Amino acid sequence: MLSYILKRLLYALPIALSVTVVSFMLVYLAPGDPLNAIAPADAPADVIQALKSAYGLDKPIPIQYGLWLWRALHGDLGTSISSGRAVLGEVLGAVSNTFMLATIASFIGVFIGCVLGALAGYWRGSWIDKIATTLSVIGVSIPHYWLGLVLTIIFSITLGWLPAMGAGPGGSSEWVWDYEHLKYLVLPAVTLSVIPMGIITRTVRALVADMLEQEFVIALRARGLSSLVVFRHVAKNTAPTVLAVTGLQIGYLMGGSILVETVFAWPGTGFLLNTAIFQRDIPLLQGTLLVLCMIFVVLNLLVDIVQPLIDPRMGRT
Amino acid sequence: MMKDNIDHPQPQYQKTKGYWHAVLRQLKNEPLAIISAGILLVLIIAALFAPWLAPADPFKASMLKRLMPIGSPGNLLGTDELGRDMLTRLMYGGRLSLIMGIVPVFSAFCIGTTLGLIAGYLGGRVNMVIMRILDIFYAFPSVLLAVAISGALGPGLSNSLIALTLVFVPQIVRVAESVTTQVRQLDYIEAARMSGSSNLSIIRVHILANVLGPVFVYATGLLSVSMILASGLSFLGLGVKPPEPEWGLMLNTLRSAIYNKPYIAALPGGFIFITSIAFNLLADGIRSAMDIKK
Repeated sequence: MLSYILKRLLYALPIALSVTVVSFMLVYLAPGDPLNAIAPADAPADVIQALKSAYGLDKPIPIQYGLWLWRALHGDLGTSISSGRAVLGEVLGAVSNTFMLATIASFIGVFIGCVLGALAGYWRGSWIDKIATTLSVIGVSIPHYWLGLVLTIIFSITLGWLPAMGAGPGGSSEWVWDYEHLKYLVLPAVTLSVIPMGIITRTVRALVADMLEQEFVIALRARGLSSLVVFRHVAKNTAPTVLAVTGLQIGYLMGGSILVETVFAWPGTGFLLNTAIFQRDIPLLQGTLLVLCMIFVVLNLLVDIVQPLIDPRMGRT
Repeated sequence: MMKDNIDHPQPQYQKTKGYWHAVLRQLKNEPLAIISAGILLVLIIAALFAPWLAPADPFKASMLKRLMPIGSPGNLLGTDELGRDMLTRLMYGGRLSLIMGIVPVFSAFCIGTTLGLIAGYLGGRVNMVIMRILDIFYAFPSVLLAVAISGALGPGLSNSLIALTLVFVPQIVRVAESVTTQVRQLDYIEAARMSGSSNLSIIRVHILANVLGPVFVYATGLLSVSMILASGLSFLGLGVKPPEPEWGLMLNTLRSAIYNKPYIAALPGGFIFITSIAFNLLADGIRSAMDIKK
């Protein structure tokens, strides 16, 4: 087991390293000099030179990358150009907001998806199957930013039950676990949960339907076991896959919540990316991207490590 | 609703008329796919012939006719925040939205299949280099990758097309590569090689025919994702620039009207939704008609 974990870690390392390269290089895709964002166009040559050496931009790109990576490893992601604050602090605050949103959305989606998928797979062709299949098709086809807008129209504008924007009363971004703040979480979390809901429903339905045709299930039935016991066996066998999909979904939602966060003005990484892109705040863009992707890499790694723990068949291969 | 693949044993006698013919015949048994194809056809025709079909000029603003309700005389679907006719702009908007949805998948299909064939057929070191490089892309969640690339390249139609293509290429390469690797080891390929066929003709005649099907099915499945992502980029302000009509961008600019004219504000998103669900159902139909498991 230990050697398996080590092997996974070794496999993740080059991926993590290349993610840092891509996050760093992405900025050089941008047209024009990155310095344009910092210095006014008519700045005198010596000022530009001074700025260049201050930001390390006068060195060759591989050296710049090395320096950047070295500082990043020490927790220094540079200073945001638009706010003047340390990038790491800004990113960590936003990441915790996004992580909360993505995790809650995943759990809502996974729970509903599992229930619907299991029922649909168990009673294939029944009315519940039809409902589940329809919902899952809608779930994977709906533009979630539009769903957010529609939910806002229904629940905030028409009914006035829930707030339309922000993460707390009075536009505060400090999160507290109380009723007032939770009201702000409902709409974005439900909107975001539709994506994993659709995917998990599909996956679980197919898995359960597949499983029911397997010989061991027929054997269980032949022995006269109740359908509840049969169901427990089936559930046990589908759990590893569901867990893997869930882990990945949290990761996808972490990166994919940018659109929903924009709709609800949620103070997370999506909001940060938006600022970074439109203000051409390059350190902020690099930092946000790096942290989000590292979380994704770590989540992938965790899924790989946890899966054989609950599925003994995988450990042996 | 969607029938399962297992329920569709493909009658052997149909194969004499050609594979795609059989697929088309199977597709006739998928009412949802047919309806979806019909809806898509209507949307495409409306977009293509917008200059002749649309009732007004998509750019002609009118301060007096701002945010007219749905069903106003002369403006069947109302007007937007600048008094432009919604129906007209939705028809014109379909042009860019559909282009932005379809073009990235098509270009990723071409690039990805080629790369996948090369990686799968040559195997060995070439395979490793191509597949390991693509693994890096898998370390990024797709929405984030699309936003980051088009954010770095700067807003604009062509940049978002590039960004989306880059998101889809690795996925298609994986499908093409795995099928190619399987097929390559079959005896008839060996036989073709022994009878003196060149690599190129083996790929073209014997492998491509096996690879195109699964890759095609996978690519059609990507169309709805691409529609949602493409309009999403415009919604963020990273795609098409105003005043160009595009569904995602319209959804963005109409957000200011969400309080007094919610239905109009939500309208463009409805079109994205209809298109994406139609693409999805059509892809499901094609998949089960071609009898390929997901």
